[in-house]
Order: sequence, then structure tokens, then C-alpha cells
Amino acid sequence: MSLNPLSFLFGDAASDQVVPPKGNAAWLTAFASAAMAFIAVFALTLSLAVGRLADYWSLDLARTATVQIVAEGDDLMAQSEAALRVLRTSPGIESAEIIDKSEQLALLEPWLGSNLPADTLPIPLMIDVHYGADSPDLNSLLLRLEAEAPGASYDDHSEWRAPVLEASQRLRLMVGLSLVLTAIITVIIVVLSAHSALASNQNIIRTLRLLGARDSYIARAFVRRITMRSTFGAVLGMALAMLVVVSFPAQPESNGLLSGMALSGVDWLYPIFVPVLVGISAFAASRLAARYHLHSVT
Amino acid sequence: MISLKNAGFSYGDRAILKNVNQELPAGSFHFLTGPSGAGKTTLLKMCYLSLMPTSGSLEVLGQDVTTLSREQITQMRRRIGVVHQDCQFLNHLTIRQNIALPLLVAGKNIEDSMENLEDLLSWVDLAHRADALPEEISGGERQRLALARAVIMDPDMIVADEPTGNVDWEMGQRVLTLLVELNKMGKTILLATHDLNLIRSIKGRVPASVLRLKAGQLSLAGAKL
Repeated sequence: MSLNPLSFLFGDAASDQVVPPKGNAAWLTAFASAAMAFIAVFALTLSLAVGRLADYWSLDLARTATVQIVAEGDDLMAQSEAALRVLRTSPGIESAEIIDKSEQLALLEPWLGSNLPADTLPIPLMIDVHYGADSPDLNSLLLRLEAEAPGASYDDHSEWRAPVLEASQRLRLMVGLSLVLTAIITVIIVVLSAHSALASNQNIIRTLRLLGARDSYIARAFVRRITMRSTFGAVLGMALAMLVVVSFPAQPESNGLLSGMALSGVDWLYPIFVPVLVGISAFAASRLAARYHLHSVT
Repeated sequence: MISLKNAGFSYGDRAILKNVNQELPAGSFHFLTGPSGAGKTTLLKMCYLSLMPTSGSLEVLGQDVTTLSREQITQMRRRIGVVHQDCQFLNHLTIRQNIALPLLVAGKNIEDSMENLEDLLSWVDLAHRADALPEEISGGERQRLALARAVIMDPDMIVADEPTGNVDWEMGQRVLTLLVELNKMGKTILLATHDLNLIRSIKGRVPASVLRLKAGQLSLAGAKL
């Protein structure tokens, strides 16, 4: 039995007529494909978001550091000025700015609330450091800081960035596996639905054979119908998922996972591949099922 | 047209047909009769290539059927018109579409055959029901529809399995008349029936013979009517 993919795309659309338009498997195929496409688009969106976060953690945060100074009164001012001087004169550091009290309170607000006693709260002085194109020599920088501002502690984020980065990579791997599993389940559903469609239309197959229909003709009719249903369902599922994704904040206010779920730029093109892949999978799976089924029925 | 030489068919150890020898020349008209379970349907299925003999040989339209490839069987089936008692239509297609179905599956342009299609609808008196669905027509109309579908490809032979089994006498005669007309046009007819009155009614209209099967063997081979 031969089945040319091009003849499927452009060929005998009239062959569709021989397959009953309704059947138990018809709505099931479309619904299952819609559900799988919906899940796949979400997994894809999540994968892209995790990728962006991983980039942020691995690139953007790697180019920054925070200096914290614990001291009191005049000593605090003296040490902060000394630390700023050391930082600003170190090669590889682009900028070093004190994070003012209001910014610090804003950072603490999600945990401690908005009515913080700013004057009495023992908040350490913090300096936001940004690297230039070349990273600074950390050993000499730490030695200079220790000498000139002993109350300063230097945090290059590596301690917490590494496990978070590893977690994001694992999350990305899991999302990727979810996509693969979704694809496998879609193929299984299409194969079962093809078998169901062929089994429930035995009389039609028998009649068509008696009338001189080739198995390739019969297969084409079923494959085409199943592929169309699957693709239609996948387009619906993708559209529905996209509507939900559109509702996510377009400009993330923070680098939290959910707020970073929104797609942007070329990312919007990726979900379009989901129904295309579902269509290709449905074509291949239903063709395989039809070949097997028709070959086994004499 | 059809040549059976010691042809037999068995399902496992159970022999359905045994040592059937018969020649059915082109353009002949044959009734196949016998009690239920005698093997009539099996013999017909062998003649329209739905079953292959498990012993002996069978030639249909000059070809040894056991040597045919799948593609050759498909091509041969297009030269044999089949009419079943239960008809087997595609119930979601109209009468006109069902008649045109053999053209469709053979990849022929239906537009080119529209005149022939309309003539056939008139011939079987179904022009007024052309857009109805098979489930909406009577048993007699369904048999005539099956006959129209069987001849749309201008086959060399018509094989009919109890085509009058579910219809009254008058409708049975109408179907028989259509088969007689086809035979006069040169088609070979092999018609299985229980109805002896139907067989007798053909006398004088066209030369015909009777094959009688009993317990899988021909007990009456080609008796002239």
C-alpha cells in the first residue's frame, strides 16, 4: 500500500466522502488533540519562561554583586565612603551605588508589610555593584575592602545563584519531558482513534473493497479525515491556550516565574508549530494504524 | 468467464465446498440454488474474489485467481458487479452518490459519467429518489440501487446473492427483469436464490441454467431452463 504525503495534501479530497462524517471517534480525536495542544502550548510557554529566567540568573545576575556594611553612626558613613572608593577604583567594576532606604524598604515590603518603622529598623547599608565587560579580580578586591571597610561583606550571588540555576535547568528538562510525553500521548490517542474509526467502519471498508477500492484509497480517506480532525482540534487548543497566555502581564514587574510567562517577539511564533506538529504526528500515526489495520483484515 | 476445477473451500477442518467443477461461459445466465448452508454464498464470494479457493483451481475472467496480486484483484473486482441481499451501502451518501461510488474509488471523473449515471437512475426507476439516503428507501428500491451500483462500471459479470430475498414477488420480478436486460446486453449473470418460482419465471425470456449445491457439492450442474 503506498501513500504519498503530497497526494494527501493536494490530492483526492473526494475520498473523504466515503468516511462517515460522524462517529464516536470523531469528537474524541478533536477534543483530545485540543487538550494536548493546550497542554503543549503551556509547557512550551513555561519552557520559554524558564529559559528566560535561567538566562537572567546566569547572565544578568552574574554581572552584579551586593556589598553590605554593618556599622553604626559615623563609622557607617566612613566605611560606606571607603567601600565606594575601593569599588569605584577597582578595574572591572562599572558602577557602585548605595541603595537608598526607600528602595530597601520596597524590597522588604513583600515580607514585612508596608508600615515598617524605617527609622528604628536595623537595616544594613547596601551597595549595588555592576561589573563592566571584564569582571574584577575578586581576591584583591576583597583584600582592599577588608582593609578599608572591615564592616563590609561582599556577596557576588554565587552562593544562591548556582542552586537556583540548577533548579531552573531541571525545571526546563522536566518541561521538555512533558512536551515529549504530550507528543507521545497525542500519537497514542490518534492511533487508538484510527483503530476505532477503522474497526467501527468494517462494513464500509468491506463494501469499498468489493467495489474495487485500493487499500491506499481507503487508508487515505481515513488518514485524511483523522489528520484534519486532529489538526482542527490542535488549532482550537492552541488558540485557547494563547488566549490564556495573552492574559499574563506583558511587562513583568519582577522576575518572578508567573510574571515572566508572557510571550514576546519571536516567541509568539513557537506555539504555531504545535498544531503543525500535531497534524504531522496525526498523519504519520493514523497512516501507520491504517496500514496495519487494513493489512490485517482480509 | 468462470471456470471451477475441483475447487474447494475450507475453514480449518470444516469443508464448505468440495470438488466443484463448472464452466460458466461469457454471456450466460445461471441460477445458483440449494438449501441454507449448502455453500452458495461461499461459491459466490469466490467468484467475486472475496475468498480464494483452498483447493483446486478457479479462473475468473480468464485469470487464475490464486496467482493474482492484490492490485490485480482490485482491478478484477472493478469488472465484477456484486449485488448483496443486505446491499451494503454507505448510509451517509445519497442514492446518486452510492451509485457513483465505484467510479469514485476507481479515480474516474464523475462529471464525465453524469449522463450514464442519470440513465442508470432512470433505468432502475430511482431518478425521483436520487437525493434520498439509502435508509429512506424501500427494500425493493435498495435492491435496484444495488443493481445500478453494480453496473455503473460496465462490468463483464454480475454476481447477485439473494437479490430478491427481502422483496415481494412483484419487486422480485422487476429486479429479475433488470438482470435479464443486462444479460441480453452480454453480461454474465450468476444469481443465488432460494426462490424456485423466481427461477421458473425466467423460462422463455432468456436461456438460463440452474446450479444446485448440496452439502458443498454441485448436485445439479447446468440444467437448462
